[in-house]
Amino acid sequence: MNAGAQPDARIAPSPSLVANPRLSTWVSFPVRGYVTVRTGKVELGQGIITALTQIAAAGLSVAPARVRVAAASTQTAPDEGYTAGSLSVQHSGAALSEVCSRVRERCRTAAAAALGVSEADVSLADGIFSAAGAAVSYWDLSTAALLDRDGDPSGSRDDVTTRRADTAVVGVALPRVDLPGKVTGAGCYLGDLVLPGLLHGRMVRPPSRGATLLEAPVAAVEGMDGVHRVIRQQNFLAVVAEREETALLAARALRAGARWREDDTLPDESAVAPFLTAAPAHTETLFEDGKHQALGADTLRVSAVFSRPYLAHASIATSTGLAKADDGVLRVWSSSQGIFHLRAAVSAALHLDPSAVLVQHVESAGCYGHNGADDAAYDAAVLACAVPGRPVRVVWSREDELGWSPLAPAMQVRINAAYDPAAPGTTGTPGAVRDWRHEIWSNGHTSRPGGGVEPALLGLALQRGGAVPPALDPPLARGGGSGRNSVAGYDVGRQVVCSHRLTTMPLRTSAMRALGAHLNVFAIESVLDELAEQSQRDPLEFRLSHLADARGRRVLEVAAERAGWGAPVVEPDVGRGIGYARYKGTGSYCAVVAEVEVTHEVRVRRLGVAVDVGRAINPDGVVNQIEGGAIQSLSWTLKERVRFDRRGVTSDTWETYPIMTFSEVPAVDVAIVASAEAPLGAGEAATGPTAAAIGNALAAAVGVRVRELPLTAEAIIRAISAS
Amino acid sequence: MPEDFTLTVNGNGHQVRCDPQTPLLYVLRNDLGLVGTRFGCGLGLCGACNVLLDDQPVHSCDTPIATVGAGRVTTVEGLGTVEAPSPLQQSFLEYQAGQCGFCLSGILISATALLRRTPDADEATIRSALDGNLCRCGAHNRIVRAVLAARPGMTMPTETDPGDGPTGDDAP
Ligand code: FES
Ligand code: FES
Repeated sequence: MNAGAQPDARIAPSPSLVANPRLSTWVSFPVRGYVTVRTGKVELGQGIITALTQIAAAGLSVAPARVRVAAASTQTAPDEGYTAGSLSVQHSGAALSEVCSRVRERCRTAAAAALGVSEADVSLADGIFSAAGAAVSYWDLSTAALLDRDGDPSGSRDDVTTRRADTAVVGVALPRVDLPGKVTGAGCYLGDLVLPGLLHGRMVRPPSRGATLLEAPVAAVEGMDGVHRVIRQQNFLAVVAEREETALLAARALRAGARWREDDTLPDESAVAPFLTAAPAHTETLFEDGKHQALGADTLRVSAVFSRPYLAHASIATSTGLAKADDGVLRVWSSSQGIFHLRAAVSAALHLDPSAVLVQHVESAGCYGHNGADDAAYDAAVLACAVPGRPVRVVWSREDELGWSPLAPAMQVRINAAYDPAAPGTTGTPGAVRDWRHEIWSNGHTSRPGGGVEPALLGLALQRGGAVPPALDPPLARGGGSGRNSVAGYDVGRQVVCSHRLTTMPLRTSAMRALGAHLNVFAIESVLDELAEQSQRDPLEFRLSHLADARGRRVLEVAAERAGWGAPVVEPDVGRGIGYARYKGTGSYCAVVAEVEVTHEVRVRRLGVAVDVGRAINPDGVVNQIEGGAIQSLSWTLKERVRFDRRGVTSDTWETYPIMTFSEVPAVDVAIVASAEAPLGAGEAATGPTAAAIGNALAAAVGVRVRELPLTAEAIIRAISAS
Repeated sequence: MPEDFTLTVNGNGHQVRCDPQTPLLYVLRNDLGLVGTRFGCGLGLCGACNVLLDDQPVHSCDTPIATVGAGRVTTVEGLGTVEAPSPLQQSFLEYQAGQCGFCLSGILISATALLRRTPDADEATIRSALDGNLCRCGAHNRIVRAVLAARPGMTMPTETDPGDGPTGDDAP
């Protein structure tokens, strides 16, 4: 590809800039020597603040140390929607690149005038414009007036995110700006924020999903020393206390003394698949392409069903919220991925004017989707309104975090594929897939607050004695939900994708890293391997013969080469497998080779990842994100499963919901395939391909295809006895 | 009933008044303002709240204040500062070992205790010493490399994961 070429003219306009065109919304120079950059995207642990610092520094030609990225708040930040879908570099980065380049050029013009020289004679270094021995800096110019202009959303003439031969800051591994504080115990997280007069709130959740509160020892608990208030509104039950340990004791007493009526509302955990296929659903054809083909007599067919269980976000911090109601203004501090949507939901739920609600983002532990952060913010808001004038912090228990946060949906996928050994492949080799049908059963993958008619907040549902409305799916054009990566990125002839989105939601589901791509890619790549095996072709060669996209081919080849693909695996019970996808069909390209050993359990020995993220703004940040995404996917794929009985989630501690430990984590090799194309997000690219590579390696090791996740010893035994 | 307690944290003496059952975690965070020790589960299962009690890593979330006695408590703040990080903290910065960083306080404590006990710990020993510390972001391998490199006498980065790191020269 065109390394070092001109910026790609096809770059789509950044929706962030379309919505927030004013230059001064993004950049200002309030303190001599420093630039303040405002973004609506938030730090989730993914290093976005560092990447945006690099882009702003390059665009303005200042040292990265001069850039201060302001924490996002509904008061000051541009509204950029959610920090999700691996779009932050694409959207916020593109907007900042354009804005900063434009600010720089407007300031250069003003500087030239001030210096009495022509623009061409002005040079700029670290924020200082100089010519003929004289100099002015950004901080000498009337930047407020200069920045009171709109940027051009259609993309900049001078895009620092794709420009190759410029700067020392974009495309280099700038150390994470937030890490020094994090390794020395700085108070950088939401739970560390202390406001004067802080009170501690604790929630008492119902014992099960359909429970109704009959009676609670409100007066007795309010009589405890140090307890400020008990709040009971239908099934919403909470306590506010002066000290944290008192709040915990009071919550325990409240829980012990409460009486609930309980009902069975959940499906049978051992029969989730029949539940998914029988539940009422909205059926839709998501994708249809290609003509029916006449298939030869020797056509091979695969029809296979794949499934995954419900999964939990399982952040290392529990959901936290902080709020204060004062003088008609409700202030909320939250680690939400969408502060403007949260404000809309909170103000609607509490019947407040949105202008009376301020939401400030504060980072918490790594967040991989729509977890309980928004719910905890609303909990804190409700409690704060009950004790006006005093700030209230709510910290969820670990049990509530694992039991009551939105879950990633359980899914089932069926693929029917037909391979004609006589048909010519993309590269001319004989043999090609000619017909492909992909069918999905799942709850929706997004029920973020503020998205639907009714604010989707756990606390509100409990206050109303109901449930959060069923999750929906974004359309495929916006990445899809259940259907994310359901369109096979290969030339497979006629292709149809159909989804059945459940309209009932016994367990609340929402967005988690890569959404449906985890199972869809696992399923697609498994079927490709099955067809390759039946037609006695090498899995890598089989893929390449169905893939015209040069960037996709390249990551497959790089991953294979680095993993020694082709060399025979001689050890018994060891297998090697490959998986590939272009995230969302429009994002980063990623291929993974896994080496798996099967003893009494499945052990991944090694993962080799090759990725093309376009221009890597911060290569070390990309490696970190890809490796983290691969390890998390490995954890889901090998061991994770939300457990439940007919009433509630039972896997609500780290013992019942174990995740990958240090000893279980394999070596992970990440190769970035260099590219000068527009930058793409990295956080979710490895999820599907990692799961797929492990599944294919397992099949190679044991000779049996395991199609249900997680890939445990029991699942292998079931697959063996079924085969 | 609240009682008075005297405790030594990071070399400094402190007086606090609270219920004897109060977990050390909340005394550190709320009474002493040492918020670097994190809450992750409250059940002794994730390691986010680890501190050193004398030289032993303990879960501060399930250590009642009354049991601390004359023990010397060390929190992550006591290991070093941004200006003067400990060799281990410095190594975490060099290896960019972390994503969200929430797990790091507890991990730094566990690893500090390990390297005091076993200065030449090998990779497998380091991994098993950190098995009680959960990380959800998948920063494990960077963290292990940072600990390996921080062992006394280590001057060169240790390659344990072959070929890890970006290969920017892989031009198409
Ligand atoms: S918070 Fe103490 S071990 Fe998890
Ligand atoms: S870096 Fe986020 S939990 Fe470890």
